[in-house]
Amino acid sequence: MHDEMKRDPRVFIMGEDVGPRGNVFLITKGFLEEFGRDRVIDTPLAEASIVGVAVGAAMAGMRPIAEIQFADFIYPAYNQIVGEAAKIRYRSAGGNTCPLVIRTPYGGGVRGALSHSVSVEALFYHVPGLKICVPSTPADAQGMLVSAIRDEDPVLFLEHKRTYRLVKGEVPEGDFTVPIGKADVARTGKDLSVITYGLMRHFALEAAEKIASEGVDAEVIDLRSVRPMDRAAILESVRKTRRALIVHEDQKFGGVGAEISAIIAEEALFDLDAPIRRVCGPDVPAMGYAKEYEEAFMPSPERIAGAMRELAEF
Amino acid sequence: MATVKMPQLGETVTEGTVGRWLKKVGEAVAKYEPLLEVETDKVASEIPSPFAGTLAKILVEEGTTVPVGAAVCEINESASAGATPVQQTAPLTTSGNASQSAVSAVPAVSNVEQPAAQRLQVAVRDGIRYSPAVRKLAREHRLDLGQLTGSGRGGRLTAKDVMQHVESGSARFSPAAQAASAVTSVSPERPAPVAAHVKPAAVAPPAEGDTAIRVTQMRKTIAEHMVLSKTTIPHAWSMVEADLTDLVKWREREKDAFKAREGVNLTYLPIVVLAVCGALREFPMVNATWAGDKIILRKQINVGIAVDIEDGLVVPVIKDADHMSLSGVARKLVDLVNKARSRKLTMEEMSDGTITVDNTGALGSIASYPIINPPQAAIITTEAIVKRPWVVNDAIAIRSIMNLCLSLDHRVLDGSVASRFLQSVKRRLETFTGTA
Repeated sequence: MHDEMKRDPRVFIMGEDVGPRGNVFLITKGFLEEFGRDRVIDTPLAEASIVGVAVGAAMAGMRPIAEIQFADFIYPAYNQIVGEAAKIRYRSAGGNTCPLVIRTPYGGGVRGALSHSVSVEALFYHVPGLKICVPSTPADAQGMLVSAIRDEDPVLFLEHKRTYRLVKGEVPEGDFTVPIGKADVARTGKDLSVITYGLMRHFALEAAEKIASEGVDAEVIDLRSVRPMDRAAILESVRKTRRALIVHEDQKFGGVGAEISAIIAEEALFDLDAPIRRVCGPDVPAMGYAKEYEEAFMPSPERIAGAMRELAEF
Repeated sequence: MATVKMPQLGETVTEGTVGRWLKKVGEAVAKYEPLLEVETDKVASEIPSPFAGTLAKILVEEGTTVPVGAAVCEINESASAGATPVQQTAPLTTSGNASQSAVSAVPAVSNVEQPAAQRLQVAVRDGIRYSPAVRKLAREHRLDLGQLTGSGRGGRLTAKDVMQHVESGSARFSPAAQAASAVTSVSPERPAPVAAHVKPAAVAPPAEGDTAIRVTQMRKTIAEHMVLSKTTIPHAWSMVEADLTDLVKWREREKDAFKAREGVNLTYLPIVVLAVCGALREFPMVNATWAGDKIILRKQINVGIAVDIEDGLVVPVIKDADHMSLSGVARKLVDLVNKARSRKLTMEEMSDGTITVDNTGALGSIASYPIINPPQAAIITTEAIVKRPWVVNDAIAIRSIMNLCLSLDHRVLDGSVASRFLQSVKRRLETFTGTA
């Protein structure tokens, strides 16, 4: 983000506590001093305005990065994102674009309770005109954020809170990008395919290592973006292993996994050797604060390994 | 009573051949359930039933070609038959002439001697459930799933079990399956598709600047055929050099008169066909098929000729080539090649070959390693005739030399017969003066 702001004077950030506070996770620490008040804008607690202003700026030729402090608070801006930003290119017959990035931390497992744990991807991935990134590694986060900033269309950039501190990894030097819409084969295997994204990539990899010692060779596909979704990567993997397990933290009903299941069922039914399985968050209104509630909600490496084991044995 | 008609399987297609009936007379069929296989040129398609009911009468026997729109069978439509088909224990009585009863008299529930497709259904009916992947593999490899043991939960048969069975080699050329396909099948040339083998394991998707070419049905058929051959037939290879100087001179002398008399050019290919026929009569073991528990020597000598056409390769067959004269073979060749290039070959004209001759020399090749056209036991290539320094009577002369290459099914033949066969072809060519 910092490098893009240095590279392109049209890039600016706005959001709650992005200025002197440097964002609640200290992501924009020092930005205000370096780029000044015109490009690092602290906003009131008004999400509809944050996105609404950013949509206007984007249409006027700027490259805004709007931050929603937690995804749980994105709902007031739903109209600006879904009703406006996503439709601008289509509504103007390509005459206008909306090169806007909306960054927001999402996901649970950090004792965030009801209002700091939500996964919102399923609420947005139904919407044509939006791109939704869900990176899971430092390199993907940086490379995809650069792609998102340079993209001509609105991108919802979801950063899993737990990955901020949990995951460490090498990031290439210099100016590099990771394309939006291309899945990453995080682990190759031949017995079953795990299709996942976000924090669950890491849990799935941990589970895959666990059951590798039992002789089950799992492939892990990290989608990296849920829209556009890399159908080819999903189908190629499932056709190879003939067994599919979908893992996401977001609730099961109508989640991203439902679409993945439908793609597999529509395109690869005759290659399937076992029913498609999903390990997802439960269909309850929110993730509770109590440790037991949180653990019951979050798919764990153990739960994922169990599902892999059952799928492999089927 | 509803009538099912021969569908039009392509814009320019005017007729179709009934390849296989997938339902027997008296058997129930659900709407859209595969009813029969229809073959055109190189395409074989499963035709779904347009009606639900009971197959009442088969009007076109397997292997018979009829025009598009001709009635192929009659279905007794029934209100209840929309759901899962249930086989009836007794076939419906039809106004049975002899050939009809050959189709309808097979008791529908006999577990013995049924082709794999039917056995699969029997097993399904017994309450065993197979995954879509397992069913697909079974169909591709024509497997009898009842023979396999499963490693999945509760003994379920997994796709991996099937693939292991196939890869162990016990699948296709199990004696029963092979004998059945060789003896009873209408067109034994047509191999069971092995699509799974044709699929590459992992290929990087086309990058920028690459071109992805759609695989046509013909390419797919060729691919399946080649994979079948290379994965099931142990190929051995041999080559001889033939000194065709005398033949070249003979042809130079004869060709104008031949053209004037017969109306077609005198090329080397019909001469090779005659030489191969003569050698096959001398060594009938080469005109054979591996059938697992037996080797079947074919009485008929039907020579397939590889013809390359715009987007692939077809192999029309000169039937009873050993009964024909040079001009007869020459004319038949011209006829078949023209039909191949204009895509007018019938299934009949591409069936029942017992050996293949491939004139690779036409493309300038001097040696090739041809792939056998299953279920044949041998394929022979004629390479380019080139002038070379050659030792004749301990002196060096300039002679016209042609290589003959042979791939053989080592299960059927060993090197000694193959070498003597090749020597025979060579001798016949070197001394050819009108007959071989």
